[in-house]
Amino acid sequence: MVALGTGLALTGCAGGAPSALDPAGAGAARVANLWWLLFWISVAVFAEVMALLTWALVFRRKRRVRVRHGQPLRFVVVAGAGIPLVILVAVYAVGLRDLAALGDGPGPDAPTIEVTGHKWWWEVRVQGVDGATANELHIPVGEKVRVRLRTADVLHSFWVPQLMPKTDLIAGETRETWLHAERAGSYRGQCAEYCGTQHAHMAFLVVAEPRPDFDAWLARLGTPARPPQTDAQRRGQQAFLQGSCAGCHAIRGTGADGRIGPDLSDVGSRWSIGAGAVPNDGGHLGGWIANSQTVKPGNYMPPQQVGAGQLPDLIAYLQSLK
Amino acid sequence: MNARGGIAAATSTEALTTEQPVGRSAGWWGMVMFVATEATLFACLIGSYFYLRFQHGGPWPPDGLTAPTLARPLLMTAVLLPSSLPVVWAERGIRRGQRWRLRTGLAVTLVLGVTFLILVATEYAEKLREFTITTNAYGSLFYVITGFHGFHVLVGLTMISWLLVASLRRGTFGAHRHDRVRNAAIYWHFVDVVWAAILFTIYLSPRLS
Amino acid sequence: MSTTAASTPGASREDLARLEERWAERPSLRSWFSTVDHKRIGRRYLVTAALFFVLAGLSALAMRTQLARPESRLLSPQEYNQLFTMHGTAMIFLFATPMLFGFGNFLVPLMIGSRDMAFPKLNAFGYWVFLFAGLFMWASLPFGAAPNGGWFAYVPLTEERNTPGLHMDVYTLGLLFLGIATTAASINFIVTSLKLRAPGMSLNRVPLFVWAIVATAFMVIFALPALNVDNAMLFLDRRFGTHFFDPEHGGNVLLWQHLFWIFGHPDVYIIVMPALGIVSAVLPAFTRRGVVGYALVVFAMASIAIISFGVWVHHMFATGLPPLSYGFFSAASTIITIPSGIQIFAWLATMLLGRLVLKVPLLFVIGFIVTFVLGGFTGAMFALTAFDQQVTDSYFVVAHFHYVLIGGALFPILAAVYYWLPKITGRMYHEKLGRWAFWLFFTGMHLTFFPMHLYGLFGMPRRVYTYPDEPGWGGWNLVSTAGSYLLAIGLLLVLIGVIHAVRRGRPAPPDPWGGDSLEWSTDSPPKPYNFPVLPQVHSLHPTWDDASRTSMTEGATDDRILARGRQTLVTSELDGRRERTVEMPEASLQPLLLALALLVFFTALLFAWYPVAVGAALVVASTIAVWLWPPRRPDQELGVSA
Ligand code: HEA
Ligand code: HEA
Ligand code: HEC
Ligand code: CUA
Ligand SMILES: [Cu+2]
Repeated sequence: MVALGTGLALTGCAGGAPSALDPAGAGAARVANLWWLLFWISVAVFAEVMALLTWALVFRRKRRVRVRHGQPLRFVVVAGAGIPLVILVAVYAVGLRDLAALGDGPGPDAPTIEVTGHKWWWEVRVQGVDGATANELHIPVGEKVRVRLRTADVLHSFWVPQLMPKTDLIAGETRETWLHAERAGSYRGQCAEYCGTQHAHMAFLVVAEPRPDFDAWLARLGTPARPPQTDAQRRGQQAFLQGSCAGCHAIRGTGADGRIGPDLSDVGSRWSIGAGAVPNDGGHLGGWIANSQTVKPGNYMPPQQVGAGQLPDLIAYLQSLK
Repeated sequence: MNARGGIAAATSTEALTTEQPVGRSAGWWGMVMFVATEATLFACLIGSYFYLRFQHGGPWPPDGLTAPTLARPLLMTAVLLPSSLPVVWAERGIRRGQRWRLRTGLAVTLVLGVTFLILVATEYAEKLREFTITTNAYGSLFYVITGFHGFHVLVGLTMISWLLVASLRRGTFGAHRHDRVRNAAIYWHFVDVVWAAILFTIYLSPRLS
Repeated sequence: MSTTAASTPGASREDLARLEERWAERPSLRSWFSTVDHKRIGRRYLVTAALFFVLAGLSALAMRTQLARPESRLLSPQEYNQLFTMHGTAMIFLFATPMLFGFGNFLVPLMIGSRDMAFPKLNAFGYWVFLFAGLFMWASLPFGAAPNGGWFAYVPLTEERNTPGLHMDVYTLGLLFLGIATTAASINFIVTSLKLRAPGMSLNRVPLFVWAIVATAFMVIFALPALNVDNAMLFLDRRFGTHFFDPEHGGNVLLWQHLFWIFGHPDVYIIVMPALGIVSAVLPAFTRRGVVGYALVVFAMASIAIISFGVWVHHMFATGLPPLSYGFFSAASTIITIPSGIQIFAWLATMLLGRLVLKVPLLFVIGFIVTFVLGGFTGAMFALTAFDQQVTDSYFVVAHFHYVLIGGALFPILAAVYYWLPKITGRMYHEKLGRWAFWLFFTGMHLTFFPMHLYGLFGMPRRVYTYPDEPGWGGWNLVSTAGSYLLAIGLLLVLIGVIHAVRRGRPAPPDPWGGDSLEWSTDSPPKPYNFPVLPQVHSLHPTWDDASRTSMTEGATDDRILARGRQTLVTSELDGRRERTVEMPEASLQPLLLALALLVFFTALLFAWYPVAVGAALVVASTIAVWLWPPRRPDQELGVSA
């Protein structure tokens, strides 16, 4: 009963979570199958243990029960070592097969996305494309995409539960993993290695889309940001370039080329501000610029002295960058 | 073993057997276990050395540092390794009640040990001109491993001098009471053996590649 | 307090009076600081570790309260990160091991029929160091300077440039300081169990609990140095600019992880092994028979102790090491479940053949089996690299280790509290209160930690101070939080039960359960000298066997009374043949002094008062020199001529 309940809870109640049991790609699907195998074996062995325990509790408690002094070593060895050994060897073999499958990455022509972990955001570039974005990466549906992982500071871990298990970002080294999605959609990913104060807000989004959309994304990534259209946006751009912002942030085609914070060339289209800290809308954007420390305490963007008059312009400008 | 046990306790049949060689004493086991854990400590340090070396790849020592020369380390070895012999000789002596052998043996070891430390100091004086503990990971390993060993030599020498001072008093050690001598000897042998491992790691291994 | 009166036909009145005079410590402030009695020290270990448990547990409640709802702002990230680090570090280092060592301290000499530990002064010293190291670490919390790098403190996050301030210095120095106590206690356990067993207690008659403590102590001897080297290197990196973990200068960040887990994995068995020993000690009394397969169980413990050194990389399955090494460590981690299976089925067989007496200690043992087996299963799942890469660093792992730590250590510890309370305090606990405590604790535990499996699989990473609403983790987290309050109430009832027993409990007879090991054949609480007559052991269950029992009464001989001094017997390592009598040290202030000097030393290092540290080191050296200074006893006194 408990087993069934758990099984149901696991399949049913994930409620839109980025659940490892709701896989959308080859990597995670392997692991989900492995999990269900392990789960049912555990249920069986647990039932065995509980049955023995219950037997003892029911039948060996009465006063007139005679204590037996045998040493049933055969039972202990068979039940405690023999049977588990058989199970474990089988499961180990399956596990090795799945590990090999996880190592079976894309071919040499597949797109390579270069992800760099920063405290506490993800820098995203694509090999061969001169441009960057943050906290969001796109992949073509049905294709394996290589992801090359580096860190700019401490250890992080790249995890998209519905697509692929974790790969750590190791300081001083480069690691590789791959992503593959069977169906289009947005998949939440998050840093899974504790990396300090704002480890909690180091999420990202993997957008799996048809090939043409993916190509369009690549093209956008390689071209200058959209120029300002309205007066407010123009004033906002002025404020951005003349204020402190450009020292830390880049916007392609404007001369702003700071590398300390995320590239903002497409900030208007991002799914969030601050790597999952708050939704991306005007109010939150303003709050972030004025004092991101109240939004995401401890992050590396100091509060900005932006005049009350300039703030709406800045917001307008940044929101226009799509 | 406490001094205030009283005459009655001290002269009873039980007390007569104190420290007589019936099986290993608790102190012996204690020292052996202590040495075992210390040896593991050195094993971890030496393991770290090789781990960093092989993960680093490329020439070793890195950053154009010169490989350590062998003359002085071999001299240090020649001083330290034989220093165990007088300890053995001293311990055998006190088992037969020959206190003069204990004192002489300990004194010789003391001289050899101090010589070793002086050699370490000259080695450092030379190396520090080339690199320091903060130069790179190699420098850190070099000074921390040899320094940690040097510290152990110092502790060993403190034990030896402590024994020597105690042995100057009549009645401290004798044919039937030399547990402390044996335990300190175990420690000293350990410090010696570890040096061999360090000689290999720090001085010989960079030449084997 | 206790009532044995003249019921010891073995030792005469004069002998008893003399033993009393030699061993009893008159209650005074001085004796409080100078005691070397293993029972007092053991009790202190228990109380102090329990105190640290409450602190770490309250930290956990604060964390759970923060996590009850999404986007909660109760705790700042800085506060939360210190709390979870202190929670984990304290539970592992300041609660689990010391608590079990406390039982070891109290029980090992009693179980092997000795009058004290092999090195009583070292024992006292170990306690003081443990106390000071614990206070050293906790004291940083009110100042907001507590460790905040997680209990395994991965570099480079914990390096100076990423975590300035004292936080991680408190961690490295605190653990180095504490390591002295753990090492000292382990050496003491090994030597005590090898040399101080009562005559006749050959290796095949050593109680399973003592075996467990010895296996644990061996693991400490060979595992702890890795942690010490790691922490020393981190301290040097932070303070003195070395580059062990700095990839820019030839260092390597994975070196930290390897060394940490070479210690860390054996450490989880260091925690669970004595607890399994407790289970093996409690079962015979409540099943009315010995544990099935004594030799098998001993073999299982020995193999766990050995294999545990070969599995550490399973904590690094996501770091991207070569697949070959993953294959190996995955196999080793799979194999290590086998000896645990043997033990579980040995206990089940014991219960199936014996007659169960369902008292509170047995309830906790049953709770242990249910919980630990579930935790063990998830462990076996992690052993498969592919699966582990998916769930590592998620709440699924948090679920695993609370199931094994609470199931494998806390349940047995609570069983032990109830089981040995009569022996330790001389009072019986309140059975009904105990049952309530058990059921609340058991329900609360599963309510708290079972859902973690679920939201771990649903993608919730661990060590996040808050989480957003969208992924739908909120409901399950609320369940966990509610469970943790229930669990806390259960523990509160345990606490009340203990206090009630000490204040108002019925006086306990020497052997309230009909236990099988030697501690039950002496008073509750035991006299300062433990046994008026040291036993001659004839079987694995001496208290159940007439020959061993009468050896302490009618069969008493002078050479096992040893009332002429403060003495106990030394026997041979394997067969327990008597070798000689040794004189045991008396109360002394040296242990406290030495520990204080070390406290000053580490505090000085923390605040970079290096001259003070050098001064303290000199005090340490001279205290040891005086401590070990050979007593003057001319050879004539020994009856031999030089
Ligand atoms: C008391 C402590 C304890 C114990 C006993 C165990 C027991 C085991 N642990 Fe666990 N473990 C921890 C404490 C413990 N662990 C902690 C604290 C961590 C996390 C540290 C951190 O990251 O903070 C951890 C993490 C951890 C990991 C890394 C997870 C990760 O971070 O990704 C792994 C991976 O292999 C693992 C494996 C195991 C295994 C195989 C066992 C086995 O020994 C279990 C054996 C027992 C059984 C299997 C049950 C009884 C057996 C039977 C009934 C027979 C039948 C069984 C089968 C057929 C399977 N543990
Ligand atoms: C023996 C080890 C042990 C034990 C017993 C516990 C016990 C508990 N732990 Fe755990 N825990 C760890 C070892 C342990 N823990 C470790 C190693 C980590 C990893 C840390 C890291 O990631 O670095 C961890 C991490 C950890 C986390 C994850 C934090 C994160 O990743 O962000 C959580 C979250 O819920 C948690 C909760 C709890 C709770 C609710 C209890 C409860 O069981 C606690 C119950 C105890 C009490 C409540 C105190 C006693 C109560 C009384 C005496 C009653 C009086 C008080 C009141 C009624 C208020 N612990
Ligand atoms: C000292 C460096 C610095 C300055 C100056 C700075 N920023 Fe930032 N900014 C950062 C960093 C670092 C982040 C990433 C924070 C995080 O997510 O942890 C960031 C994040 C942002 C984001 C969110 C990006 C995203 O995709 O989540 C926006 C928008 C932003 N900054 C706008 C501005 C504006 C507008 C200014 C000037 C008024 C400014 N920044 C000045 C460092 C800076
Ligand atoms: Cu980056 Cu956690
Ligand atoms: Cu492990």
